[in-house]
Amino acid sequence: MKEEKQQQPTASPESKWNDEQVLVEALRQGDEAAFGFLIDTYYGSLLRLAMAYVPSRAVAEEVVQETWMGVLESLPRFEGRSSLKTWMFRILTNRAKTRGKRESRYESLDTGDGHGDDESWREPERFQSSGALAGHWITLPSMWDEETPERLLLSKESRMFIEQAIDALPPVQRQVITLRDLDGVDSKEVCNILDVTETNQRVLLHRARSRVRKMIEPQLHNTKAER
Amino acid sequence: MSNDLKGQVMHFMAGNMSCQDLVDLMTEYLEGSLTFTDRIRFQIHLGFCVGCRDYLNQMKTTIRTLGKLPSEPMPTEVREELLKRFRTWKK
Repeated sequence: MKEEKQQQPTASPESKWNDEQVLVEALRQGDEAAFGFLIDTYYGSLLRLAMAYVPSRAVAEEVVQETWMGVLESLPRFEGRSSLKTWMFRILTNRAKTRGKRESRYESLDTGDGHGDDESWREPERFQSSGALAGHWITLPSMWDEETPERLLLSKESRMFIEQAIDALPPVQRQVITLRDLDGVDSKEVCNILDVTETNQRVLLHRARSRVRKMIEPQLHNTKAER
Repeated sequence: MSNDLKGQVMHFMAGNMSCQDLVDLMTEYLEGSLTFTDRIRFQIHLGFCVGCRDYLNQMKTTIRTLGKLPSEPMPTEVREELLKRFRTWKK
Protein backbone atom coordinates (compact mmCIF):
# COMPACT_ATOMS: atom_id res chain seq x y z
CA MET A 1 0.00 0.00 0.00
CA LYS A 2 2.83 2.32 0.85
CA GLU A 3 4.31 2.10 -2.64
CA GLU A 4 1.00 3.14 -4.09
CA LYS A 5 0.77 6.15 -1.86
CA GLN A 6 4.10 7.37 -3.13
CA GLN A 7 2.96 7.11 -6.71
CA GLN A 8 -0.13 9.13 -6.16
CA PRO A 9 -0.09 12.77 -7.11
CA THR A 10 0.69 15.14 -4.29
CA ALA A 11 -2.15 15.35 -1.82
CA SER A 12 -2.72 19.09 -1.87
CA PRO A 13 -4.58 19.60 -5.18
CA GLU A 14 -6.93 16.74 -4.42
CA SER A 15 -9.22 18.75 -2.19
CA LYS A 16 -10.21 21.01 -5.05
CA TRP A 17 -11.28 17.93 -7.05
CA ASN A 18 -13.90 17.11 -4.48
CA ASP A 19 -15.77 19.78 -6.39
CA GLU A 20 -17.06 17.76 -9.32
CA GLN A 21 -17.15 20.60 -11.80
CA VAL A 22 -13.51 21.37 -11.16
CA LEU A 23 -12.65 17.69 -11.54
CA VAL A 24 -14.58 17.25 -14.79
CA GLU A 25 -12.98 20.37 -16.24
CA ALA A 26 -9.50 19.14 -15.25
CA LEU A 27 -10.20 15.73 -16.83
CA ARG A 28 -11.37 17.31 -20.07
CA GLN A 29 -8.19 19.29 -20.22
CA GLY A 30 -6.23 16.08 -19.87
CA ASP A 31 -4.93 16.63 -16.35
CA GLU A 32 -3.33 13.30 -15.55
CA ALA A 33 -3.28 13.90 -11.80
CA ALA A 34 -7.03 14.52 -11.89
CA PHE A 35 -7.52 11.19 -13.63
CA GLY A 36 -5.32 9.56 -11.01
CA PHE A 37 -7.54 11.06 -8.34
CA LEU A 38 -10.67 9.80 -10.09
CA ILE A 39 -9.49 6.21 -10.42
CA ASP A 40 -8.07 6.12 -6.88
CA THR A 41 -11.34 7.43 -5.49
CA TYR A 42 -13.73 5.15 -7.36
CA TYR A 43 -11.87 1.95 -8.18
CA GLY A 44 -12.95 0.11 -5.03
CA SER A 45 -16.61 1.12 -5.33
CA LEU A 46 -16.81 0.26 -9.01
CA LEU A 47 -15.18 -3.13 -8.47
CA ARG A 48 -17.57 -3.97 -5.65
CA LEU A 49 -20.59 -3.08 -7.73
CA ALA A 50 -19.28 -5.00 -10.75
CA MET A 51 -18.88 -8.10 -8.58
CA ALA A 52 -22.60 -7.93 -7.84
CA TYR A 53 -23.29 -8.49 -11.55
CA VAL A 54 -20.76 -10.93 -12.91
CA PRO A 55 -19.65 -14.36 -11.78
CA SER A 56 -15.95 -13.86 -11.28
CA ARG A 57 -13.53 -11.34 -9.99
CA ALA A 58 -11.52 -11.43 -13.21
CA VAL A 59 -14.58 -10.48 -15.25
CA ALA A 60 -15.48 -7.76 -12.71
CA GLU A 61 -12.02 -6.25 -13.14
CA GLU A 62 -12.47 -6.25 -16.91
CA VAL A 63 -15.83 -4.52 -16.51
CA VAL A 64 -14.19 -1.82 -14.41
CA GLN A 65 -11.50 -1.36 -17.08
CA GLU A 66 -14.17 -1.02 -19.74
CA THR A 67 -15.95 1.48 -17.52
CA TRP A 68 -12.90 3.76 -17.31
CA MET A 69 -12.60 3.65 -21.08
CA GLY A 70 -16.33 4.39 -21.36
CA VAL A 71 -15.93 7.32 -18.99
CA LEU A 72 -13.13 8.80 -21.09
CA GLU A 73 -15.06 8.29 -24.33
CA SER A 74 -18.22 9.90 -22.99
CA LEU A 75 -16.63 12.62 -20.92
CA PRO A 76 -16.93 15.28 -23.62
CA ARG A 77 -20.68 14.65 -23.63
CA PHE A 78 -21.12 14.61 -19.82
CA GLU A 79 -23.64 17.35 -19.05
CA GLY A 80 -23.72 17.17 -15.29
CA ARG A 81 -27.43 16.34 -15.14
CA SER A 82 -26.59 13.66 -12.61
CA SER A 83 -23.56 13.57 -10.36
CA LEU A 84 -20.33 12.27 -11.87
CA LYS A 85 -20.47 9.34 -9.49
CA THR A 86 -24.00 8.33 -10.53
CA TRP A 87 -23.06 8.75 -14.17
CA MET A 88 -20.03 6.47 -13.77
CA PHE A 89 -22.02 3.88 -11.85
CA ARG A 90 -24.56 3.85 -14.68
CA ILE A 91 -21.86 3.30 -17.26
CA LEU A 92 -20.63 0.42 -15.13
CA THR A 93 -24.04 -1.19 -14.65
CA ASN A 94 -24.71 -1.04 -18.40
CA ARG A 95 -21.42 -2.75 -19.18
CA ALA A 96 -21.82 -5.21 -16.34
CA LYS A 97 -25.30 -6.22 -17.51
CA THR A 98 -24.03 -6.85 -21.01
CA ARG A 99 -21.16 -8.86 -19.64
CA GLY A 100 -23.32 -10.70 -17.16
CA LYS A 101 -25.70 -11.76 -19.93
CA ARG A 102 -22.82 -13.01 -21.96
CA GLU A 103 -21.57 -14.94 -18.96
CA SER A 104 -25.18 -16.16 -18.69
CA ARG A 105 -25.51 -15.40 -15.05
CA TYR A 106 -27.43 -12.18 -15.02
CA GLU A 107 -30.37 -13.58 -16.93
CA SER A 108 -30.92 -16.54 -14.69
CA LEU A 109 -30.47 -14.75 -11.40
CA ASP A 110 -31.96 -11.35 -12.00
CA THR A 111 -35.62 -12.20 -12.17
CA GLY A 112 -37.00 -8.74 -12.70
CA ASP A 113 -37.72 -7.07 -9.40
CA GLY A 114 -35.87 -9.68 -7.39
CA HIS A 115 -38.95 -10.34 -5.30
CA GLY A 116 -39.13 -13.92 -6.37
CA ASP A 117 -36.44 -15.04 -3.98
CA ASP A 118 -37.04 -17.34 -1.05
CA GLU A 119 -38.14 -16.11 2.34
CA SER A 120 -34.97 -16.99 4.20
CA TRP A 121 -34.45 -13.35 5.20
CA ARG A 122 -37.42 -13.74 7.52
CA GLU A 123 -37.12 -15.32 10.93
CA PRO A 124 -40.66 -16.40 11.88
CA GLU A 125 -39.27 -18.90 14.36
CA ARG A 126 -38.23 -16.02 16.61
CA PHE A 127 -41.80 -14.90 17.21
CA GLN A 128 -44.73 -16.50 19.01
CA SER A 129 -47.02 -17.95 16.40
CA SER A 130 -50.24 -17.91 18.37
CA GLY A 131 -51.84 -16.90 21.64
CA ALA A 132 -52.26 -13.52 23.23
CA LEU A 133 -48.70 -12.52 22.45
CA ALA A 134 -48.63 -13.69 18.84
CA GLY A 135 -45.96 -11.89 16.87
CA HIS A 136 -43.88 -11.01 19.93
CA TRP A 137 -40.35 -12.24 20.60
CA ILE A 138 -39.90 -15.75 21.97
CA THR A 139 -36.33 -15.08 22.98
CA LEU A 140 -35.19 -11.48 23.06
CA PRO A 141 -32.47 -10.42 20.59
CA SER A 142 -29.06 -10.15 22.20
CA MET A 143 -27.53 -6.82 23.09
CA TRP A 144 -24.77 -5.70 20.75
CA ASP A 145 -24.05 -2.62 22.80
CA GLU A 146 -20.36 -3.32 23.09
CA GLU A 147 -20.07 -4.21 19.40
CA THR A 148 -18.90 -1.33 17.31
CA PRO A 149 -18.19 -1.48 13.59
CA GLU A 150 -14.51 -0.87 14.35
CA ARG A 151 -14.45 -3.82 16.68
CA LEU A 152 -16.34 -6.05 14.28
CA LEU A 153 -13.97 -5.22 11.45
CA LEU A 154 -10.84 -5.58 13.50
CA SER A 155 -10.22 -9.20 12.71
CA LYS A 156 -9.63 -10.32 9.16
CA GLU A 157 -11.79 -13.32 9.84
CA SER A 158 -14.92 -11.35 10.69
CA ARG A 159 -14.31 -9.00 7.74
CA MET A 160 -14.21 -12.03 5.47
CA PHE A 161 -17.32 -13.37 7.10
CA ILE A 162 -19.27 -10.19 6.40
CA GLU A 163 -18.00 -10.11 2.82
CA GLN A 164 -19.16 -13.68 2.34
CA ALA A 165 -22.56 -12.77 3.73
CA ILE A 166 -22.82 -10.06 1.05
CA ASP A 167 -21.57 -12.42 -1.68
CA ALA A 168 -24.30 -14.87 -0.79
CA LEU A 169 -27.13 -12.37 -1.38
CA PRO A 170 -29.32 -12.61 -4.49
CA PRO A 171 -27.70 -10.28 -7.09
CA VAL A 172 -30.26 -7.47 -7.08
CA GLN A 173 -30.24 -7.29 -3.27
CA ARG A 174 -26.48 -7.28 -3.36
CA GLN A 175 -26.48 -4.42 -5.87
CA VAL A 176 -28.78 -2.35 -3.67
CA ILE A 177 -26.96 -2.93 -0.38
CA THR A 178 -23.57 -2.38 -2.04
CA LEU A 179 -24.56 1.04 -3.30
CA ARG A 180 -26.70 2.09 -0.37
CA ASP A 181 -24.81 0.81 2.67
CA LEU A 182 -21.27 0.06 1.52
CA ASP A 183 -20.90 3.16 -0.63
CA GLY A 184 -23.41 5.43 1.08
CA VAL A 185 -25.20 6.44 -2.12
CA ASP A 186 -28.55 8.09 -1.31
CA SER A 187 -31.74 6.21 -2.13
CA LYS A 188 -32.86 8.40 -5.05
CA GLU A 189 -29.51 7.92 -6.77
CA VAL A 190 -29.62 4.17 -6.15
CA CYS A 191 -33.00 4.05 -7.91
CA ASN A 192 -31.55 6.03 -10.78
CA ILE A 193 -28.48 3.81 -11.11
CA LEU A 194 -30.30 0.50 -10.85
CA ASP A 195 -33.58 1.50 -12.55
CA VAL A 196 -35.77 0.42 -9.67
CA THR A 197 -38.63 2.23 -7.96
CA GLU A 198 -38.14 3.65 -4.47
CA THR A 199 -40.54 1.13 -2.96
CA ASN A 200 -38.77 -1.73 -4.67
CA GLN A 201 -35.43 -0.41 -3.53
CA ARG A 202 -36.58 -0.36 0.10
CA VAL A 203 -37.92 -3.91 -0.11
CA LEU A 204 -34.65 -5.17 -1.59
CA LEU A 205 -32.62 -3.24 0.95
CA HIS A 206 -34.70 -4.58 3.82
CA ARG A 207 -34.20 -8.17 2.72
CA ALA A 208 -30.49 -7.67 2.14
CA ARG A 209 -29.95 -6.02 5.53
CA SER A 210 -32.04 -8.62 7.33
CA ARG A 211 -30.01 -11.41 5.76
CA VAL A 212 -26.67 -9.82 6.58
CA ARG A 213 -27.69 -9.11 10.18
CA LYS A 214 -28.87 -12.68 10.55
CA MET A 215 -25.57 -13.99 9.24
CA ILE A 216 -23.50 -11.76 11.50
CA GLU A 217 -25.39 -12.74 14.64
CA PRO A 218 -24.03 -16.28 15.21
CA GLN A 219 -20.56 -15.04 14.37
CA LEU A 220 -20.81 -12.54 17.22
CA HIS A 221 -21.81 -15.24 19.65
CA ASN A 222 -18.77 -17.26 18.62
CA THR A 223 -16.33 -14.42 19.12
CA LYS A 224 -17.98 -13.63 22.45
CA ALA A 225 -17.48 -17.21 23.57
CA GLU A 226 -13.81 -16.98 22.64
CA ARG A 227 -13.23 -13.83 24.64
CA MET B 1 -57.00 -10.65 34.24
CA SER B 2 -57.19 -13.39 31.63
CA ASN B 3 -54.15 -14.05 29.53
CA ASP B 4 -56.01 -12.99 26.43
CA LEU B 5 -56.92 -9.64 27.89
CA LYS B 6 -53.41 -9.15 29.21
CA GLY B 7 -52.08 -9.79 25.72
CA GLN B 8 -54.50 -7.30 24.22
CA VAL B 9 -53.55 -4.64 26.74
CA MET B 10 -49.86 -5.20 26.11
CA HIS B 11 -50.38 -5.10 22.37
CA PHE B 12 -52.28 -1.83 22.74
CA MET B 13 -49.60 -0.34 25.00
CA ALA B 14 -46.98 -1.38 22.48
CA GLY B 15 -48.44 0.85 19.81
CA ASN B 16 -50.82 -1.79 18.46
CA MET B 17 -47.88 -3.35 16.75
CA SER B 18 -46.29 -6.74 17.26
CA CYS B 19 -42.53 -7.20 17.38
CA GLN B 20 -42.73 -9.03 14.07
CA ASP B 21 -44.55 -6.04 12.53
CA LEU B 22 -41.87 -3.74 13.84
CA VAL B 23 -39.07 -5.89 12.40
CA ASP B 24 -40.85 -5.84 9.01
CA LEU B 25 -41.08 -2.05 9.09
CA MET B 26 -37.53 -1.45 10.26
CA THR B 27 -36.01 -0.37 6.96
CA GLU B 28 -38.92 1.94 6.22
CA TYR B 29 -38.43 3.47 9.65
CA LEU B 30 -34.70 3.95 9.14
CA GLU B 31 -35.26 5.32 5.63
CA GLY B 32 -37.82 7.80 6.96
CA SER B 33 -40.59 6.54 4.72
CA LEU B 34 -43.18 5.55 7.34
CA THR B 35 -46.36 7.60 7.59
CA PHE B 36 -46.54 9.90 10.58
CA THR B 37 -48.96 7.59 12.42
CA ASP B 38 -46.90 4.46 11.78
CA ARG B 39 -43.80 6.26 12.90
CA ILE B 40 -45.44 7.21 16.21
CA ARG B 41 -46.72 3.63 16.73
CA PHE B 42 -43.26 2.33 15.91
CA GLN B 43 -41.71 4.63 18.51
CA ILE B 44 -44.32 3.81 21.14
CA HIS B 45 -43.59 0.12 20.64
CA LEU B 46 -39.86 0.75 20.94
CA GLY B 47 -40.43 2.60 24.20
CA PHE B 48 -42.09 -0.47 25.66
CA CYS B 49 -40.03 -3.24 24.15
CA VAL B 50 -36.42 -3.83 25.06
CA GLY B 51 -36.15 -6.70 22.55
CA CYS B 52 -37.07 -4.45 19.65
CA ARG B 53 -34.72 -1.72 20.88
CA ASP B 54 -31.90 -4.25 20.87
CA TYR B 55 -32.91 -5.49 17.44
CA LEU B 56 -32.91 -1.91 16.11
CA ASN B 57 -29.43 -1.44 17.57
CA GLN B 58 -28.24 -4.64 15.92
CA MET B 59 -29.52 -3.38 12.60
CA LYS B 60 -27.88 0.03 13.04
CA THR B 61 -24.59 -1.63 13.95
CA THR B 62 -24.87 -3.88 10.88
CA ILE B 63 -25.43 -0.88 8.61
CA ARG B 64 -22.58 1.15 10.12
CA THR B 65 -20.29 -1.84 9.82
CA LEU B 66 -21.12 -2.25 6.14
CA GLY B 67 -20.32 1.43 5.65
CA LYS B 68 -16.87 0.90 7.08
CA LEU B 69 -15.92 -2.20 5.10
CA PRO B 70 -12.67 -1.25 3.42
CA SER B 71 -12.68 -1.46 -0.37
CA GLU B 72 -9.77 -2.84 -2.28
CA PRO B 73 -7.00 -0.56 -3.42
CA MET B 74 -6.14 -0.58 -7.10
CA PRO B 75 -3.20 -2.80 -8.03
CA THR B 76 -0.20 -0.70 -9.07
CA GLU B 77 0.09 -2.28 -12.54
CA VAL B 78 -3.55 -1.54 -13.26
CA ARG B 79 -3.07 2.08 -12.22
CA GLU B 80 0.02 2.47 -14.40
CA GLU B 81 -1.77 0.98 -17.38
CA LEU B 82 -4.75 3.30 -16.94
CA LEU B 83 -2.59 6.39 -16.70
CA LYS B 84 -0.82 5.28 -19.86
CA ARG B 85 -4.16 4.98 -21.65
CA PHE B 86 -5.18 8.39 -20.35
CA ARG B 87 -2.08 9.90 -21.96
CA THR B 88 -3.04 8.34 -25.29
CA TRP B 89 -6.63 9.55 -24.90
CA LYS B 90 -5.40 13.08 -24.31
CA LYS B 91 -3.75 13.21 -27.72
